[in-house]
Amino acid sequence: MTATAVDPALFISLDPPRLAGSRCANCGTVTFPAQTGCGKCAGTKMASVELADRGTLWTWTLQAFEPKAPYRAPETGFTPYGVGYVHLGDVIIESRILGDPAEFEIGMPMRLTLLPLWPGPDGSAVVTYAFQPGGEHQ
Amino acid sequence: MSERQGMSARTEVSIVGVGLHPFGRHDPGLTGMAMGAQASRLALADAGVSWADIGYAVGGSNVSGKPDTLVSVLGLTGVPFVNVRNGCATGGVALATAANAIRAGETDLALAVGFDKHARGAFAASPADYGHADWYAETGLMITTQFFAMKDRRYLHAHGLKDRLLAQVAAKAFRCGELNPDAWRRKALSEEEIMRSRVINPPLTQYMICSPSEGAAAVVLARSDRAADLCERPVRLAAVAKRTRRFGSFEVFAPWLPPEAGQSPSVDAARAVFAAAGIAPADVQVAQLQDTDAGAEIYHMAETGLCEDGAQQQLVDLGETAPAGRLPVNTDGGCLANGEPVGASGLRQVIDIVLQLQGRAGARQMRRPPQVGFTHVYGAPGISACTVLTA
Repeated sequence: MTATAVDPALFISLDPPRLAGSRCANCGTVTFPAQTGCGKCAGTKMASVELADRGTLWTWTLQAFEPKAPYRAPETGFTPYGVGYVHLGDVIIESRILGDPAEFEIGMPMRLTLLPLWPGPDGSAVVTYAFQPGGEHQ
Repeated sequence: MSERQGMSARTEVSIVGVGLHPFGRHDPGLTGMAMGAQASRLALADAGVSWADIGYAVGGSNVSGKPDTLVSVLGLTGVPFVNVRNGCATGGVALATAANAIRAGETDLALAVGFDKHARGAFAASPADYGHADWYAETGLMITTQFFAMKDRRYLHAHGLKDRLLAQVAAKAFRCGELNPDAWRRKALSEEEIMRSRVINPPLTQYMICSPSEGAAAVVLARSDRAADLCERPVRLAAVAKRTRRFGSFEVFAPWLPPEAGQSPSVDAARAVFAAAGIAPADVQVAQLQDTDAGAEIYHMAETGLCEDGAQQQLVDLGETAPAGRLPVNTDGGCLANGEPVGASGLRQVIDIVLQLQGRAGARQMRRPPQVGFTHVYGAPGISACTVLTA
């Protein structure tokens, strides 16, 4: 599958999927996406950092109704989807959550994957990141 | 020394008039601005003053126009008029700004007004307005109700509270709405009806989340040493405080947060307002808390210091947060029963407390009018404003 990132700034690589954050050279705070300044110490030396691809579910919900624009539904139409925060050790990030909601539980192991969103201009799939249950926390 | 004390004596501020355009769904042709004008006129009449007496005005609206445009219908008196747009905290910030104008000596009499007329359904936010790139909204992560549900789930989990508490809080809101002739939702709903209603973002169902609505609210503020001339029972604005978020607090529209927990701006604003008023949370006899959803009322009780984390279940089970309880919360039905015209909501809260302190709250009046009230608003992207009001 050729894939195009929904926003290239989110990724270090798509294959394998790896997320790009930033780490403050002064206080070590990790942000996602990358920022040019640190919200904790107001430092401005932020270096790119690869985020862990495993984590644990910190909280979650389902998006049961179709959001208004600028949300973009898939071509096949809206279906309810999972949303959550995943604890990656250095940072807790918000993400689409794939899998069976009946199994979602705070603290469960999660791993990074890609989620196709809609077709891109060249026929490739536009993708974003997502987490799905599975894999032990490393 | 005595001279210095004299110079630094604070000008006290009181509320001498209130006006509300009922919240709900109104005639499509009725503009937010028109509702703002009506609420303003009602507040002026309640205070027995005219628009020409107002020396400073502050107005808030999120989507229904520039509030200072109101001068074209209220009167072109040349009054200084500040516009506020601070999300759900707009009303609280408008009140604080008007009070500060009096304290700064700019005027003896000020008006704060808020209004909005929202389209049906959940808010759609622009990522650029909040400093995010387009992907964040396009991929379906930038929805306020998701945050409410996820903060609720995290809070209930951390403090051993059950999902049913959400339905109990919502049922209390609608029982209050039933007693409030100005409320939008005036029909009591059972916990079962609330739990079985349409799932929005689990654990939240339709009746556990407030809906954007329409309405307006206004208050007239005066120097306290003039207030007795204008109002039989002026309510003293003992203190008002507003804060933005600090590092580590879990906020709406946050793609990430640090593992180290930080405290919410509601904690900071509440601490500041109680300290400034010289009043302890335990002294509060009636409160208005931002209940954008039922869970928000639950954790805001603790964030503002009105109870310990996890103590909410017992308080709600005992009916302590109902109008007949020891610490009534949102006696007018709150956002859940009134909906939320964002610019007006914080001033509606203040009006409910003023009416309770004055013994003018009608069917929902507490048996013994309270002496100390508290209001709290919270809004995106992590702001809070609180007041302490005393009889």
